[in-house]
Amino acid sequence: MTTKHMTRKATRHISQNEGLIFEKSSPGKAAWKLPPLDVPEVDTAKLLGRQEREDLGDMPEVSEIEIIRHFTRLSTWNYAIDLGMYPLGSCTMKYNPRVNEFVARVEGLANGHPYQAEKISQGALRIMQTLSDCLLEITGMDAITLQPAAGAHGELTGLLMVRAYHESKGNARKKILIPDSAHGTNPATAATVGYAVENLKSNDRGMVDVAALAAQMNEDVAALMVTNPNTLGVFEQEIHKIADLMHDKGGLLYMDGANMNALVAKTRPGDFGVDVMHLNLHKTFSTPHGGGGPGSGPVAVKKILAPFLPTPVVITKPDGTLGFEYNRPQSVGRVRAFYGNFGMFIRALAYIFANGPDGLRQTTEDAVLNANYIRKGLESVYDLPYSTPSMHEVVFSDKVQSKKGVKTMDLAKRLIDYGFHPYTTAFPLIVAGALMIEPTESEPKEELDLFIEAMKSIAEEVEEDPQFVLDAPHNTRISRLDETAAARKPVLRWKP
Amino acid sequence: MRYLPKSPADRAAMLEAIGIRSVDELFSPIPAEYRLARDLAVPRQMAESEIVDWFKQRGKENGEGYTSFLGAGAYFHYRPVVIDALVQRGEFLTSYTPYQAEFAQGTLQAIFEFQTMISELTGMDLANASMYDGSTGAAEAVMMAVRITGRDSAVIARNVHPEYREVINTYATHQEIPLKTVSFTDSGQINLKDLEKAVGDDTACVLIQSPNFFGTIEDVEAIADIAHKRGALLIVSIAEAVSLGIVEPPRSADIVAMEAQSFGVPLGFGGPYCGVLATKEKFVRQMPGRLAGQTVDKNGKRGFVLTLATREQHIRREKATSNICTNQALVALMVNIFMTVYGKVGLRELAKQNLAKTAYAADQFSKHAQVLFAGAPRFNEFVVRTSEDPYAINSRLLGHKIVGGLPLKKFYPELGHAALWCCTELTTRSMIDTAVGLVAESERSVRSMKDAEPEEVAR
Repeated sequence: MTTKHMTRKATRHISQNEGLIFEKSSPGKAAWKLPPLDVPEVDTAKLLGRQEREDLGDMPEVSEIEIIRHFTRLSTWNYAIDLGMYPLGSCTMKYNPRVNEFVARVEGLANGHPYQAEKISQGALRIMQTLSDCLLEITGMDAITLQPAAGAHGELTGLLMVRAYHESKGNARKKILIPDSAHGTNPATAATVGYAVENLKSNDRGMVDVAALAAQMNEDVAALMVTNPNTLGVFEQEIHKIADLMHDKGGLLYMDGANMNALVAKTRPGDFGVDVMHLNLHKTFSTPHGGGGPGSGPVAVKKILAPFLPTPVVITKPDGTLGFEYNRPQSVGRVRAFYGNFGMFIRALAYIFANGPDGLRQTTEDAVLNANYIRKGLESVYDLPYSTPSMHEVVFSDKVQSKKGVKTMDLAKRLIDYGFHPYTTAFPLIVAGALMIEPTESEPKEELDLFIEAMKSIAEEVEEDPQFVLDAPHNTRISRLDETAAARKPVLRWKP
Repeated sequence: MRYLPKSPADRAAMLEAIGIRSVDELFSPIPAEYRLARDLAVPRQMAESEIVDWFKQRGKENGEGYTSFLGAGAYFHYRPVVIDALVQRGEFLTSYTPYQAEFAQGTLQAIFEFQTMISELTGMDLANASMYDGSTGAAEAVMMAVRITGRDSAVIARNVHPEYREVINTYATHQEIPLKTVSFTDSGQINLKDLEKAVGDDTACVLIQSPNFFGTIEDVEAIADIAHKRGALLIVSIAEAVSLGIVEPPRSADIVAMEAQSFGVPLGFGGPYCGVLATKEKFVRQMPGRLAGQTVDKNGKRGFVLTLATREQHIRREKATSNICTNQALVALMVNIFMTVYGKVGLRELAKQNLAKTAYAADQFSKHAQVLFAGAPRFNEFVVRTSEDPYAINSRLLGHKIVGGLPLKKFYPELGHAALWCCTELTTRSMIDTAVGLVAESERSVRSMKDAEPEEVAR
């Protein structure tokens, strides 16, 4: 690396090596100690007979300090929001406030059993109800379920309600329209609910082609699943026309709320014609991604869909206390045991409390400001396939750099050397070689400037020495991994 | 707003760089009539201290300070403190799905170790990186069996967790998978004769739970024989993971759908928990969910990547094995650390304590009330039938700050005044004795009322 392209954000650092935990194991080491048994010992053979397990195989035997070092060392090999900007498009990698973690561990909440009597569950019920009220106000919808465990699970729940609604009218209908810019979970969900998927082409501005929609919309279509702003970061400006087109033919408008971070406190889906939508508490409402989960995917609906919500729902009882209502004959049923990822409800509500109405609005404004600042900073260097105004994220393409044989994934890998997590690569599918960048509101100007500088520097490197970029990352513990070999002969567990 | 890292001067400079005067211009794509011109009606901005107070208050209203005999799919086990110390490291807590492997080796290696330990404990060849929970995992396992066998119906034991069955039912309805339910015997175990009759040539799978909802351990081998004889797969759901420390794992199953909450995950009023699927190697390409696999980098150095992604929605869209994307990664890390702490010897000792506490409690209860399903081995739950309605007994127990067993009337009305009780290593002898004493008192007062009845009639 030439000094010219030295990054200001990151520098080299000692990284500890660490094997698999099984390689540290040896008989007699232990990290546990049980208290003395206060009841008589049992004869396990007598109690369990041939069901008794004698041996736990290759489970590890290690001490506590080894466990602490093992996982701490592993953790240092990860990038994280806590280390810097994490510009994954449509993933909304915003700051995860620590007070959220603290209050989620309050004793009565962390140790509450889902089946304890309602009388001693009023705290949890109040959290669920308060969060529900806030989310309904934010979305402009009428009723909500918090049960779905993640966004895709919310989509499933939403489409189950769409189906139940149409069935109640005598015809479940056959298909779901999905724009070609949609996230992969949308078509996968439609298939799970037994609907055929029909693709809807985007227009040259990256939006739903309203004329095409009018042509494709008929009484076989149960719903349109639209993400707004869509995965290009573009607000569907004709969303009300889209809603009218759907409603005129008896169809419903589903909104994937993955990009709700662009809208909170500025506009409400319920006001612009959406019938059913999910939210991702792990995106918009700051609950941590935790290396891939847990999420939480509440689904908010208009009145017409309320009878179909999963059971149970939280209600206020005649005596003023809160409780669960199970008797809902038109419900789609349960989508998960118990009530959903309750721990995420606590965190999301703590986030809403910390913000208030003014903070939520400023958050949205900053998220959109940050994306547009990056757009301005990089549009002279990277191809911008759609010049339509950006909301919370911006999508470039590798059109210029690919002439030198450098693709979006290569640019992304080089970005790692500069101390940034890559943006989302190769998505949305309607942009060949997409670079999808969502900074969120959590980035100070300084971090954005460093990012722009890094991206510009990489573009220069592509011109000067494309092979150097193709070989990236150079500064990580390991270089690019052989994914083909991993898939051809899968090694999915350690063996002695 | 304390989470926002910009001064007014920063914002002004950025607007200038973009070439606009006001941030409002950036929202002009939203049609004017849909722009919100007012404050949202949500609570005002609160200080951190206020937020902490508000949630502490909610905790006090939520059973704080009660001891509990509830299980039924959510178990109160001790959580070693290293779990929270480690999962709160920002590099685990605030990282994304490890798609960029070079920058996420920590998460990937942890998943690989998790998959290894789950495989080892369940007796399966391999396991995935997690599912939402035990209930959705069981539903996904049924759909997986349908794909593998090309058959379209499923047979489910009635002693599988009732809420798991509800979830399976929700998923199955629109996949057009007919479900048959098989009852249980006096031992609480699945009725093998009925099972034999229910399994046919169109059966994709038999789904059982062991230990089942009543805490009774099933004869997995015998059930597997019945399923396999007709070409159906056997799915075993495990809701109480600690049982794997001392109960023989379901090695003859084809898919294990597990809820791993017992391994270091807080009760948390029902979630987030940690579902996992484990299966035989030959079925891996039909398994939903993320998988970490071992490979090498350009220099031959060992590393880990997410693999077999062609099963997943982001590649296959409507042809994917499942629509699952986000899973329960951080919760799986809790499970992983728990399994590492207890390990080969500790897990067995822990399970043994659960067994001993439960044996003692069941024995004590049986002196005063009827303990059902005594004919089969059990792990850490048992069903007690009382003369009085368990709801009434439980509300008296609440007065002693004890949460009694789960009344079963809602799910199994035919069992009468029955409740499902659970003991773990955290249940103390004195707590058991107190609860037993109160149940005994209830039995005595019902008996004395009965004895008094003829007299009253005579009078």
